[in-house]
Amino acid sequence: MKPGTNNAAARGSIELAGVTKRFGDTVAVRNINLKIPAGAYCCLLGPSGCGKTTILRMIAGHEEPSEGAVLIDGENVVGAPPVARGTAMMFQSYALFPHLTCLDNVAFNLKVRGIAKAERRERGLEMLARVQMRQFADRLPAQLSGGQQQRIALARALITNPRVLLLDEPLSALDEFLRLQMRGELKRIQTEFGISFIHVTHTQMEAIALADMVVVMDQGHIEQAALAREVFERPRTPYVARFIGGQNVVEGKVLEQRSDALLLESGGRQVLISAPSSPPVVGSNFSIAVRRDRVRLRRSEGPAAGPGLNVIGGRVGALEYQGSWLKITVVDACGEDFVVAQDDSEFFASPLVVGDAVNASWLPEEVHFLTTGEQKTAAMAAADLARMAAGAR
Amino acid sequence: MAGAAPHRKEYGRRGLSFYLLAGFFALFVAFLYGPMSAIYTLSFQGPTGGLTFPMRGASLHWFVALFEQQRTGDFAGAFGRSLMLAVVVLSLTVSMSVLAGLAFRRRFPGSTFVFYLAIASLIMPGILVGLGVGLTFQLFGVPTGWFTSALGAQLTWTLPFGMLIMFAVLSRFNRAFEEAGRDLGASNMQIFWLIVLPILLPGIIGVALFGFTLSYDEFPRTLLTAGAQNTLPMEIWGMTTNVTSPALYALGTVTTFVSFVAIIISLGSIVLIQRRRARRPAPAEAGPITGVIADGANG
Repeated sequence: MKPGTNNAAARGSIELAGVTKRFGDTVAVRNINLKIPAGAYCCLLGPSGCGKTTILRMIAGHEEPSEGAVLIDGENVVGAPPVARGTAMMFQSYALFPHLTCLDNVAFNLKVRGIAKAERRERGLEMLARVQMRQFADRLPAQLSGGQQQRIALARALITNPRVLLLDEPLSALDEFLRLQMRGELKRIQTEFGISFIHVTHTQMEAIALADMVVVMDQGHIEQAALAREVFERPRTPYVARFIGGQNVVEGKVLEQRSDALLLESGGRQVLISAPSSPPVVGSNFSIAVRRDRVRLRRSEGPAAGPGLNVIGGRVGALEYQGSWLKITVVDACGEDFVVAQDDSEFFASPLVVGDAVNASWLPEEVHFLTTGEQKTAAMAAADLARMAAGAR
Repeated sequence: MAGAAPHRKEYGRRGLSFYLLAGFFALFVAFLYGPMSAIYTLSFQGPTGGLTFPMRGASLHWFVALFEQQRTGDFAGAFGRSLMLAVVVLSLTVSMSVLAGLAFRRRFPGSTFVFYLAIASLIMPGILVGLGVGLTFQLFGVPTGWFTSALGAQLTWTLPFGMLIMFAVLSRFNRAFEEAGRDLGASNMQIFWLIVLPILLPGIIGVALFGFTLSYDEFPRTLLTAGAQNTLPMEIWGMTTNVTSPALYALGTVTTFVSFVAIIISLGSIVLIQRRRARRPAPAEAGPITGVIADGANG
């Protein structure tokens, strides 16, 4: 290995340093700094058009950054062809060659490297066996189901012995059942091969379920890059909290600072919350998140006179049974929603009906303060990276 | 249009428009195949038979007469020249259309202008193109000939066709195939030969069929550029004015047969390729070219 690379056994650490990509006048990706530790399963998460696929393609070498550097295992690979980078990509539609059998698809890399036919066949079959597709060696891609095609695409990419596997929305073409199955399969293969996987998706649960590290993106920049659990439990911004879900986001202005509480105004309603250690200035914008499953619901007699501390009063607006839990939407006097996830046993002990007056309350420590504004400070970014590097080891 | 019946009528109930259109189609079929079948039938006229019905027996006499160089003209020579010319036009059209199609996927400066310049020759009267080519050759003192000036004149006709087909075929070609090839370490040449060409093959066969048939029965552009020796369509034209035997009809039958063989070979190979590839069409594969071929076999 070259000096400066990670000396860990796992290969495929990736660093994007000040990467910007422009297509004509539009900026697809703006000044991205990101470090992905070797051997990590990393999900790039965001809505379509947020730049996540562009990042993937720049790592793969199918696009070159307009500015900045892409480092794989410490080595700048900008300008190098995909194979020289040690990356392999699994395309969104798999892009299996329709005129070649599964075996020939998988052995394509060996063929272009001039490896003799007998060895190609042997190694191709071996790789097919590793994805449980050996019996389909002589089939054409169009004769396979979506899940089978995906396994072939995976085998075709892995036969190049990459340091990094790049997956462009690998599960989006599958139905729900197969998606869950292949999700487990991807994780298993990543562990087995011990290489980095970078997986682009717009499905939050997919990212959280699979990834060691989740990178949430919006409009060409990174909103948060952290461990999956951290992204879910401590989203950095209102955008991340909403995109990942499972949170009530209250965005508003600081109206008043009381002894140990803040009075916020959000869309006409007033919410009194426990103040953070370094309280913001009165009049500034402020937002908090409270996890839906950490909110308690109690029946109330009617609307309270004023806002209580860490309480929102309202009426049950909607009930959705989810099996092990219930999604209860509380609508307050201003028509604002607040969603509570309640355990099914707790709910059915004393079922609520639509229209019941309730108070939704939470413990002071459940209030999570969000950062407003787009740019994160350099110190925060560094702290994020340090946490991630520590966590992924 | 005659009775644009609303679509919510259930299947099976046929409105007036159906019968009008069906009648029109029957008329079209009768008009196309009626006279042709008369010619094919009369080409098997007995040795003593004439140019019109009734048949005086049935024989292959006039087919034999066709291949003997005699008063019917140099049929065998013209037939050979036309076949050879068609094969050369086919190869040039295929190779240049494929390359042009690939080039046009990337917008280059002036690509729109070049495109219209090429397409314009489709609407230019063929006889004027032939006249121009012939005059230019004369101007430079180069004798016109079927394998020089006529070849060029025919290419002005077949190349735009071939290019248009390749544009249609390539518009359905998924570029991810090439990226996948690159990702797997293939050089540009390997991507072209191992991926792009095989996937495009059905479309390329379509281009080849066009190149062959357009050249094989090309008349206006060839008339003034073929020089001293005739191609087949000109030979036929000459014979219609001075041959008064059923050999003329035998000629029609033979040339139609060659055209059919060409069509069957190309369609057959397309079907074979597609059957080999799949029962279900892959979403990103080059689509069915058969429709394009059926649309425009007459130039």
